[in-house]
Amino acid sequence: MTAAVRPRHSIRFHSRSFHAMALAPQAPLADWLSELDAWLERSPGFFVGRPIVLDLSAVKLPQAEVLQLTKDLFSRDILVMGIEGGDPSWRELGMPPPFVSGGRYVNETARVTADAIANVMDAKEVKAPEPAPAQRSAALLLDSPLRSGQYIENLDGDVIVVGSVASGAEIVAGGSIHVYGALRGRAIAGAGQPRARIFCRKLEAELLAIDGLYMTADDMEAQLRGRSVQVWLNGDSLVITAQD
Amino acid sequence: MAKVLVVTSGKGGVGKTTSTAALGVALAKGGKNVVLVDFDVGLRNLDLVMGAERRVVYDLINVVQGDAKLAQALIRDKRIPTLSLLPASQTRDKDALTDEGVARVIAELKQKFDWIICDSPAGIERGPTLAMRHADVAIVVTNPEVSSVRDSDRIIGLLDSKTEKAERGEHMEKHLLLTRYDAARAERGEMLKVEDVLEILSIPLLGIIPESDEVLRASNIGAPVTLSATPSAPARAYFDAARRLNGETLEMTVPNDRKSFFGKFFGRRAA
Repeated sequence: MTAAVRPRHSIRFHSRSFHAMALAPQAPLADWLSELDAWLERSPGFFVGRPIVLDLSAVKLPQAEVLQLTKDLFSRDILVMGIEGGDPSWRELGMPPPFVSGGRYVNETARVTADAIANVMDAKEVKAPEPAPAQRSAALLLDSPLRSGQYIENLDGDVIVVGSVASGAEIVAGGSIHVYGALRGRAIAGAGQPRARIFCRKLEAELLAIDGLYMTADDMEAQLRGRSVQVWLNGDSLVITAQD
Repeated sequence: MAKVLVVTSGKGGVGKTTSTAALGVALAKGGKNVVLVDFDVGLRNLDLVMGAERRVVYDLINVVQGDAKLAQALIRDKRIPTLSLLPASQTRDKDALTDEGVARVIAELKQKFDWIICDSPAGIERGPTLAMRHADVAIVVTNPEVSSVRDSDRIIGLLDSKTEKAERGEHMEKHLLLTRYDAARAERGEMLKVEDVLEILSIPLLGIIPESDEVLRASNIGAPVTLSATPSAPARAYFDAARRLNGETLEMTVPNDRKSFFGKFFGRRAA
């Protein structure tokens, strides 16, 4: 018997946020560097292991000098993770990436657009990840029981309740409703979706509705109460069938 | 001529909902067309006490907001054809009740019923004020204990200032309904006596409902005492109160169950 080994097909992406310190050099650069050295003598470990953003909005530097500056800082154990207030045309490899947000480009003629970043990305030969299609999670999952008076609505899809739905609580779902406990409150499923269903482990519901058709507790067959059931729509009538 | 009656108290747990249901049944049995309106939005218990919780589809909020017609929301009692219920909503916010919406619903109910009995929520905030706003008659439910009496006094003040009748400068008809009364314990000084309560509140007495297990039992089976336990002492007291509401003059008595007679007997021996 052969088993197909699937290759790893996904790369994980995370988004992260953290604080970075910004260093803003001032002209003339040589004086600023010597001042920095004097400061580093008093507290030598200050920049070790810290992410630093270089804020160049106060100085105007050509690309070569920016590269030299990052090297100078590197030799002082200062790691520059990005440049703020830079020029998007800098795209030499080995240079910290410029940031568009959080600061302004010195060169006002440069286009502050998304394709500026794309250019940088292209230069580094890294394909920008396709933005995930704007899709909301279709099902709403509730881990706790729904109490009397609580109202849950998910018009985009299903509602799943891992617990019971108390009398006086109400669930409205665009899709189906799944209750892995006793359903004592109201379940209103399938707004405009006749194929939606309601499932529950223990039927004690006050009201069941699918696509506008409803049934109150009085209309439910007594022998179905307390049982695990599914409710579906057959033409113009609600059908409850036991699952056990 | 339709009459709007509000059952109110200030303090919670004194028996507003129980009394609303019991009086509603008593009035309806007397041949009047009665509707019970649950104003306790957010909590909703009148349908439980009336045994109609399994038939609720639309509620007062739906009607007030225009999502449902009044006829769709009214629940006809299966036992008494002249009795209906307009339930409250549990899932909706109590702020969903608007002044104009309530006024419209009450006006519509007045066309159809002789008695519109509004079960007020406890407290002195917006909910109780909305429930009492359009009332012609008020029943203040009080237990024979000081905190209940003080809150009732506060509510009487509101009835005299926050209702439409009061704002028009008319007299608001108010009645006291003393519930959970135990004559033996009052005699021993363990609870306030009827005279003490009347002296503090100084509004006419509509009835004295004796403390009885029947009331609790009736609430739990969804049938008010006036329906399920008609020969019992609390049921007789509610029927008398309903007759007084209709303008009859009856002698005020404290109805007694046999059990409470023995309680009185033993109580005296111990003293």
